[in-house]
Amino acid sequence: MAIKYDKIIASEIISQFGGRPEMLVQVLHALVERYGYISDEAIRQVATELNISRAEVHGVVSFYHDFRTSPPAKHILKICQAEACQAMGSRQLTAHAESKLGVQMHGSTDNVTLEPVYCLGNCACSPAVIIDDKVYGRVDANKLDKLIDECGV
Amino acid sequence: MSNQVTVFVPRETSAVSLGAHDVAEKLAAVENVNVVRNGSWGASWLEPLVEVVVGDDRIAYGPVEVGDLDSLLEAGFLTGGKHPLCLGPISEIPYLKNQERWTFWRCGLIDPISIADFQAHKGFAGLQKAFEKGPEYVLDQIKTSGLRGRGGAGFPTGIKWQTVADTEGEQKYITCNADEGDSGTFSDRLLMEGDPLNLIEGMIIAGFAVGASKGYIYLRSEYPLTRRVLTKALLAARDSGWLGQDIQGSGFDFDIDIHIGGGSYVCGEETAMLESLEGKAGVIRYKPPLPAIEGLFGKPTVVNNVVTLGSVPLIMALGAEKYAEFGVGRSKGTLAFQLAGNIKRGGMVEKAFGLTLRELIEDFGGGTATGRPVRAVQVGGPLGAYLTAEQLDTPLDYEAFAEMGGMIGHGGIVVFDDTVDMAAQARFAMEFCAIESCGKCTPCRIGSVRGVEVIDRIVSNEDREENITLLNDLCDTMIDGSLCAMGGMTPFPVRSALESFPEDFNK
Repeated sequence: MAIKYDKIIASEIISQFGGRPEMLVQVLHALVERYGYISDEAIRQVATELNISRAEVHGVVSFYHDFRTSPPAKHILKICQAEACQAMGSRQLTAHAESKLGVQMHGSTDNVTLEPVYCLGNCACSPAVIIDDKVYGRVDANKLDKLIDECGV
Repeated sequence: MSNQVTVFVPRETSAVSLGAHDVAEKLAAVENVNVVRNGSWGASWLEPLVEVVVGDDRIAYGPVEVGDLDSLLEAGFLTGGKHPLCLGPISEIPYLKNQERWTFWRCGLIDPISIADFQAHKGFAGLQKAFEKGPEYVLDQIKTSGLRGRGGAGFPTGIKWQTVADTEGEQKYITCNADEGDSGTFSDRLLMEGDPLNLIEGMIIAGFAVGASKGYIYLRSEYPLTRRVLTKALLAARDSGWLGQDIQGSGFDFDIDIHIGGGSYVCGEETAMLESLEGKAGVIRYKPPLPAIEGLFGKPTVVNNVVTLGSVPLIMALGAEKYAEFGVGRSKGTLAFQLAGNIKRGGMVEKAFGLTLRELIEDFGGGTATGRPVRAVQVGGPLGAYLTAEQLDTPLDYEAFAEMGGMIGHGGIVVFDDTVDMAAQARFAMEFCAIESCGKCTPCRIGSVRGVEVIDRIVSNEDREENITLLNDLCDTMIDGSLCAMGGMTPFPVRSALESFPEDFNK
């Protein structure tokens, strides 16, 4: 996931959206998909190329949970914290993940960044987690251990 | 070709989250097996639910894990053989048989991205009728049907469309709110993954009725698989002339783009969604002006939920009267209820309005997954009130629920057993509001933070009575003073927990 920021490639990504400021959220998604996060350098470049202020870009970046501003670990594990998953023990599952990884929510090991998510729409198969872009259902502590182990220690 | 066996394996988030891709991959490698990736029928508790075509029947097996395949193949499941996982013909499964499917009738049945399969099952029939009869007729039909917004607010769809149609404007928009953020809801997702062309057809009909040439689907980023299915469906529609210029020689132009949300709950509020669609932070707008008058980029805009738009094509194809036969009072038609949380048979149940929560939770849902007694039920997402086990006989219609201070919302039903700590749930409601508030209005932005603190003080027995008074006061301020439902309704779960489960706040 750790791809070095490249101004020329970033410019190509940004220009895919026609240089239109109304595409800012989509542009940021595309940059996160490639680089894992939005760096200061990216904010400057997006502002210049969409002809808006850095403050405007920063405002949007900081508003949305999806646009993290520091590099994540190799994999991102999000555990659903919303009501349907709570009803099936997501609080305990979260505590288990924190103790296994040795980090709190929003923390990272070398391989895993642990984050909350509020609903994956898998509410009939709770608790649910998502690793990168793969959703898993009916996740208990054993299953989560296996998934974390697959991310590498 | 005659010895080819067709096997359906859903490409749907829940099924895939339980291993459907692996099942499909392994089956595809079996000789003479043709795997079709359908959507889900919505019986999530049986996922991955695999169907084998035998004669005129589709024999269901589930839940099928990849490890079950050897024994299934050995038992001759490719010819409908007996096996402990065999559920019989899909059409005979009571959970599905006892539903009243309207919006979701093709979900599970067809290959979601096949135009041919879609058209073989009444696909685009509603749109063709719209083209034939004209925009006025469409508006009349939608009004007659009594269809109301399925996103939660329940506003009459026909009136909204008429307003946009009557508003002057060179450019108008159809926006589909697919930011299904309420916990316990997944019907939008099921429809988009199982019958995306139905949504596309509904949006084209809406565009035709109000004179809009451009549509947007605002899809939440938490649904990556949905995005892939929807993207394929849009391409298929465009390639076959059902999107783009001069659709099927009608002279009507319409196209649709997908925009991905940024993981923000408040962007499900319609004006915040419009801001986000414009590339900005999802901060809500003052109303008025209504989006129907000044919406996306200041132009007249229809904002409808996925299920609302998905109900339209069949209303057009079969007639508004047919739809209005379902339901009770002013709640016409069907709603896709979603059974979630601690429930034995979780999934989606489309039924006419008017049945009770008890019928849904006990008859369809089979009680809790843990087998313990039901203690609390949250209906309508994180902003919905917590109901007690004694309140389950209320009929499910918009008005009856409003009367008892609840809301049906998007039809999500989250069940909790008797181990739930309702003070923790009340605290979470405030905490969630604090995390997700857009920050525009003070009651929501500050009130939610103070709410968490006050609940903490009550639970730790600090000036209990004063703090309970303060919490009620704070709830009043949020209800009366917030700009949108986020701050305005967060008190509902908090207050209902406090009133119905006071013992949990005093341990």
